[in-house]
Amino acid sequence: MSALTQSTPGAAQSDAASEKELRPPSYWPFVVPALVVVIAIIIFPWVFTIWMSLNEWKVGSSTTFVGLSNYLRLTSDPRFIEAIGHTLVYTILSVLLPLVLGTFAAVVFHQKFPGRGFLRGVFIMPMMATPVAIALVWTMMFHPQLGVLNYLLSLVGIPAQLWVFHPATVIPSLVLVETWQWTPLVMLIVLGGLAAIPSEPYESAQIDGASIWQVFRFITLPLIMPFLFIAGMIRMIDAVKSFDIIFAITQGGPGSASETINIYLYSVAFSYYDLGYGSAIAVVFFLLIVLLAAVMLYARQRMLWTEIASGT
Amino acid sequence: MVNHKISRRTLLTGTAAAGALSLTGLPARAEVNWKKYAGTKLEVILAKGPRGDNLQKYVKEFTELTGIQVESEQIPEQQQRQKVVIELTSGRPSFDVVHLSYHVQKRQFEKAGWLADLTPFMKDPALTAPDLVESDFSAAGLQYARNDKGQMLSLPWSVDYFILYYNKELFEKKGVAVPKTLDEMAAAAEKLTDAKEGTFGFVGRGLRNANMAMWSNFFLNYGGEFLDAKGNILTDGPEAIAATKLYQTLLTKSAPPGVAGFNWMESMASFTQGRSAMWIDGVGWAPPLEDPAASRVVGKVGYTVVPAGPKGQYSSTYGDGIGVAAASKNKEAAYLLCQWVVSKTQGARLLQAGGGVPFRNSILGDPEVQKGVKTKEWLQSVIDSGKISKLGLPVVIPVAEFRDIVGAAVTATLSGADPAAELKKANDQYRPILERSEKA
Repeated sequence: MSALTQSTPGAAQSDAASEKELRPPSYWPFVVPALVVVIAIIIFPWVFTIWMSLNEWKVGSSTTFVGLSNYLRLTSDPRFIEAIGHTLVYTILSVLLPLVLGTFAAVVFHQKFPGRGFLRGVFIMPMMATPVAIALVWTMMFHPQLGVLNYLLSLVGIPAQLWVFHPATVIPSLVLVETWQWTPLVMLIVLGGLAAIPSEPYESAQIDGASIWQVFRFITLPLIMPFLFIAGMIRMIDAVKSFDIIFAITQGGPGSASETINIYLYSVAFSYYDLGYGSAIAVVFFLLIVLLAAVMLYARQRMLWTEIASGT
Repeated sequence: MVNHKISRRTLLTGTAAAGALSLTGLPARAEVNWKKYAGTKLEVILAKGPRGDNLQKYVKEFTELTGIQVESEQIPEQQQRQKVVIELTSGRPSFDVVHLSYHVQKRQFEKAGWLADLTPFMKDPALTAPDLVESDFSAAGLQYARNDKGQMLSLPWSVDYFILYYNKELFEKKGVAVPKTLDEMAAAAEKLTDAKEGTFGFVGRGLRNANMAMWSNFFLNYGGEFLDAKGNILTDGPEAIAATKLYQTLLTKSAPPGVAGFNWMESMASFTQGRSAMWIDGVGWAPPLEDPAASRVVGKVGYTVVPAGPKGQYSSTYGDGIGVAAASKNKEAAYLLCQWVVSKTQGARLLQAGGGVPFRNSILGDPEVQKGVKTKEWLQSVIDSGKISKLGLPVVIPVAEFRDIVGAAVTATLSGADPAAELKKANDQYRPILERSEKA
């Protein structure tokens, strides 16, 4: 202030004007629109969901504040606890299988062979289809008497299976659909990783007489690890919240053998109209997803980048 | 006078819309003034299916009769129920007339006060044709439409009895008689099963939730009651266990593989392909079974009542109604539409198309209407079922939870779980839900 008055001697008026000129410009006008949108469509619904979860909130009757009792109810709700188990099994399987198969496919499609572009295109087609349409087609293929899958099994002498019609096989069968649809995504991500690997390590490995497996295990795999982690995380978030395929094929059945948290949440909120309890499930579900994502991010941060950084 | 009465009736049947004009012109007589609300616009929300089709196909006749414009939309059942509830909760529904499933929504709608009381309208001769009286509806219909105070909150539209469909050809081939009791049915089902040929004795809903509609036939015939006098749920008692054991035996020993995931659609597919000899489900499936383009069992299907159990013989009954939203501004006009929907003409059309069964005895018992029904055996099974009708689900608010929880227990027995233990577990899970809903 004193420096200012020294450099611009004169009336107080011009003094104030120059002060205005020199003040750093305000960025608020630029931030506000985004802030409004974020508050309206992300923060407000969240706060409101948490508020609903603290109330007994049933469609058609009045609401009362009940504190944490909806959350306490969750701890003794066998359907919810089973649903967590189903969600975890479903998620683990439908992350691992596409990762393994997708990596394999990427290694294959990374080689140069005639028709590669065309075949790559064919391979990623499942990813482009609508999940509900896929689900309906698979439902027909799973049919124990009329479905094509049992026919194919019968050709090689394997007895007919019940697929999604039996509690023991329903989750693996659903994972089959999920894997079929999402393996191409993993392949695309890993292909990107493979393209970025320089050829020198391979040349030196060849000189040292490394086997194909050793090359894959000690060169390719570590170098594509960051990409696998990305793919794994995308797959995990998708699989945890998977709804369309399960709902269209089994609606959580037979019995409740494939009822994941999402399917249960849908039933509670939209067929039992118990919005308070449904919100409590949504909150817990959200925390679970955040937790899983955080663990993966932490693991990735911790192991991979450091390992690679020190390796190079 | 007699003449007038007849012509009024004809008028209601819609066959003489032109005559209606001259009649309504007559002054100072207590009769329906159909044109009073001409120019009103009504919105109707319907569940997708033959009832909705029946309304939409002929609604022009109603507009001609009354001058009331009707906008209607059909939405798949599950989504329609959700949409209706959400809109009614908001207090400003977009519709005046609502199609409801009694067996799922009765208590919920009553408790929330969403429907207008139609009793005063029904007593008003200027609004109601003389042939529409409460006593014409079957007992089940009145049980569904009336609340505790005896008010009519809707008009019963179409009833769904569960009947036994059977394949006469397969029965003859194996020399099996049509079962009269549940025990006979289980024995017959075993005899009719020939896994090598891929034919099975029995098919029916195994899918959780949907299966409760069939299971309750067994439950009721074993003497089961859903609720005791205090409103406690009773589906873990000896009747329920016996019913579930029968269900388990039938669907594991004599039913096609994968039946645990079957709803009516898969069951019907198996039956129409001639792969299953017996099927218990709602009365509405005669048209597809007798349609040569969709069925291999045309002309070979027998229709009869659900076999008797040790404690009686009942047909599980469900139903649809049509009512007026309490928030509607056009209640009288909306009531006229409801009345037309359950009129004799519309009811006869519904019955003759096989798309539903009117709750009104005067329609079902009319020889003229009966003549128009193609499959006589089917009609007989419907009339007989009407005499042994009993509500197939507890009249409570959390019906969906009941169907899901107990339904899951019943399905679980198909993969070997013990009926008594599963039902007990389900009851423990359901009881607090029911208590909470009645307290609220």
